[in-house]
Parts: sequence; structure tokens; C-alpha cells
Amino acid sequence: MSSDREPLPAHALSAAAVDRVAGSEWPADMDREWALGGSTGAGVRVCVLDSGVQPDHSDVGPVERAVAVEPDAEGFATVVDDTTGDAYGHGTACAGLIRALAPDVTVESVRVLGQEKRGSGGAMLAGLSWAVEQGYDVINMSLSSTKRELTAPLQEIADKAYFRRSLIVASAHNMALKSWPWRFSSVISVGSHDGLDSTEVFYNPSPPVEFFARGMDLDMPWLGGTRIRASGNSFATANMSGICALIRAKHPDLAPFEVKGVLLGIAGNVERRAG
Amino acid sequence: MSGERLRAAVAASSLAGAGAHDDLLRSIVETARAIFRARASSITLYDEEADQLEFRAVAGEGSDRLVGRRFPASEGVAGWVVRSGEAMVIDDVGADPRFSREVAESTGYVPRGLMAVPLVREERVLGVLSVLDRPADERFTAAEMQLLGRFASQAAIALDIVESARGARALLEADADAALVARVAVALDTLQGERREAGRRLLAALEDVLGDP
Repeated sequence: MSSDREPLPAHALSAAAVDRVAGSEWPADMDREWALGGSTGAGVRVCVLDSGVQPDHSDVGPVERAVAVEPDAEGFATVVDDTTGDAYGHGTACAGLIRALAPDVTVESVRVLGQEKRGSGGAMLAGLSWAVEQGYDVINMSLSSTKRELTAPLQEIADKAYFRRSLIVASAHNMALKSWPWRFSSVISVGSHDGLDSTEVFYNPSPPVEFFARGMDLDMPWLGGTRIRASGNSFATANMSGICALIRAKHPDLAPFEVKGVLLGIAGNVERRAG
Repeated sequence: MSGERLRAAVAASSLAGAGAHDDLLRSIVETARAIFRARASSITLYDEEADQLEFRAVAGEGSDRLVGRRFPASEGVAGWVVRSGEAMVIDDVGADPRFSREVAESTGYVPRGLMAVPLVREERVLGVLSVLDRPADERFTAAEMQLLGRFASQAAIALDIVESARGARALLEADADAALVARVAVALDTLQGERREAGRRLLAALEDVLGDP
């Protein structure tokens, strides 16, 4: 792939001739108002990597583009335009939660679940790779793979996203098993808290789950134009994607590690020491 | 038949029978139903070839008629759980007619709420543990979420054991040689004292004869 070709990385630097970099705006006192107050997510492109998104649900709003990962004639995963919508409801719910927090984002859908029986992870890998190439600001992944052979390629894609300033927001698995990409440090990993404020986050000093967002007892759109009330890390992840979209719309220059810094700064459980 | 599969089949023949395995799964769904104070709970097994889920154990509503029944895994909440390997907790299904039909077809009644978790072993989703209609007026808590995950991990181990034994029993039925070896193993196991020692010597001698090229 041509996009994989890159110049030699800079390994050495002349201190005297170092390029000046326009740093991000950074307040002395970080709070939620600074981070996302007044933001509607305008200008931010969010990708929902899931079971598809129902295109005509009034609470989800427009889906700018929908693609799906499907096997081609030789059986290789390929990305095609998708008109299937959502056979399960899950992707629709995630898109709706993101829209509820960040009403002006652009939502696009990459369907990686549906065709394959018992998710092999191959479609997820191909879909994520494609999404990173598209340069989305936020990629919502309420999914993970338990396939060990996928960890190396998944990590490579997650790191590529990190360096390209694409934020992968990934759901932690709530069972005693290892899955990825949420365990990688280059993504924002999300578990659920049972508070009632959808923009409240908590920081976890004992990773691999780094942050918690509201994930319990949430009202969300579902198939057939209806709504349900549901809980789980999937939906905490969608809320976190909405929060990240609000932050990125208001502070578009922030790199992924700075967004993590903002999340730490606004986390409800982090006490500040006077400087 | 490979040596490993033969050993598994012989081992299975001396293990508890199918009845005990069914009891194990049933006790798991009964416990799940009790700890979540739910109206029903079930374990379904995923049949990848047919892309269907089959009820293996049911507690509460539907326990008298659902075991053995199948429904498609190509849609719905359980289908999503199989394909994604992730849990799903729906506190209130609302008015979704599609949801109602899907669940009603597979359970015989329409619940208000549903928790479904994948039963995963060795990177594979074996099936789904479902808990229907916990008390709807109580909010789902983080503690319950943790408990559900732990419980599903335990249920997955049980389902794996039961299915492995079932596979081994099927092998024995299909392979007359393996069945003979299994019967001999069981017969030896039931002998005691001198008779057992004589049987062991006889088998050792047989092994020498058969193993001699």
C-alpha cells in the first residue's frame, strides 16, 4: 500500500535548529467547561465500526456514508458501499448515543459484523485499517477480538491511528479473557460507570482500562425507529466517543495523547494539588 | 482416530454420563436466575454450520419446553453476542416490535429486560448465557455487571466440558474399536484386588503383543 511508505523517521535533532511547533492551547485549570463547554461536535468526523447503522432513524440523524467489509470473489476482505443498515441494533444504538452528546458531528458507518458467523476478527481488522486510512477524528469500537494472531496487526493499526491523530475509542471486555485493541496504550479504553451524567468520566490508575464513562441504564435508539434502555461497556464507549468528539471539535489541534490528558484533567475522581 | 481423540473418548466413557452434564448446566442457569432474581435464564449452544443457537438448559419461564429448540443467530441480541463476543444488557426493550418478535419466538414470552453474555473458551464463542427480566424497577449496577462477567466465565468452562464430553461420546458411538477399548477401560476400572491386578497384567501382555512390530 502506498500509504505505508514513509520517509526515514527523524532519529537525531539539532537543538539549535529545532523547528518551532505551535503548541496546543492548555489551561492552568482544566475543567469540563474548558474541555467541551459549548461544543456541538461540528466539523468532527466519527466512524462507528459495528453492526451497521439504521439510516433513517430520527434519533440517529444522517449517516454520511455507510460501508461494509465483505469477502470478495477470492475470499479476501474488501470494503464496499453498504445498504444493509443494521441487523442487530447495536451500531444504531452507539451512533445514537454519540449523536445525543455531539449533535453536529458527521457520522459514518463501517459494518464489520453481520455476514461472518462467529466473528473471526478478520473483518474487524480490515474495517479498522480502512477507517484509519480515511482519517476519521474519532473511531468508535465497541468491539474487540480474542484472536491472538490478530494482536500484532491490530496494534500496528492502532499505533498508526495514534500517530495520524485518529482517536480509537475502544470498549473494554467485561469478562475474564484477553481481547484487543482496548488493551493497547495507543487507544482510549473504556469501561462503564453507573453515574447519571453522560459527560462525566473517571480515570483508572490501574490500567489496562484507562477511563470510565457512563454505561448503565442509558436510553438509546434501537431498530425500527424505537428506543430502548440498556447498559454495558459498548455504550460507555459510545458516550466516550461523543465526549472525545466534543473535545476535538473545540480543540482540533490536540493530539491523541493530549486528549487523554484532557480526559485525565476533567476526570471526576482526580484531585488537583495546588501548584 | 488420533491417539488424543481416542484417549478423550475413552476418558469420557468413564466420566459422568449425559444426565450429570445436563444437571450441571441446569444448576448454572438456576443459580443465574436466583442471583439476579430473574424470571428466566438459559444457556444456548452455537451451531456454526447452521448459524443457529440451540437451548441446552433453561430455568424458570420456558424450562419445560425450550430445551432442544433452535433459533437463528443471524439477527437479534443473541446473534450480536455470538458475532461480537461481547456482552449486552438491555434494561427495557421498549416498544421495538422486531425485538419482541425475535425474543418471543425463542422464549415463548416477551421480556422487558434481557442480559446476554458470550460463553467464550479458547478464543471461540461456544454459546450464550441469557438472563431474562431481572427486577425492572432496580437500576443495573456496576457490581452486577462484574458479577455477570464472572458468572459467564464459569458457565463457559462448564459448557466446554459438557460439549467436549458429548463430542467424545459421539465418537465412541461412531467407532467400534474405540468403543471396545472404552468398554475394556470401564471393565478394568470396576475390578478390585487380585482380579484387577490380573486384568492389568493381561492388558499389559496384550499391549506388548500389539506394540511388537
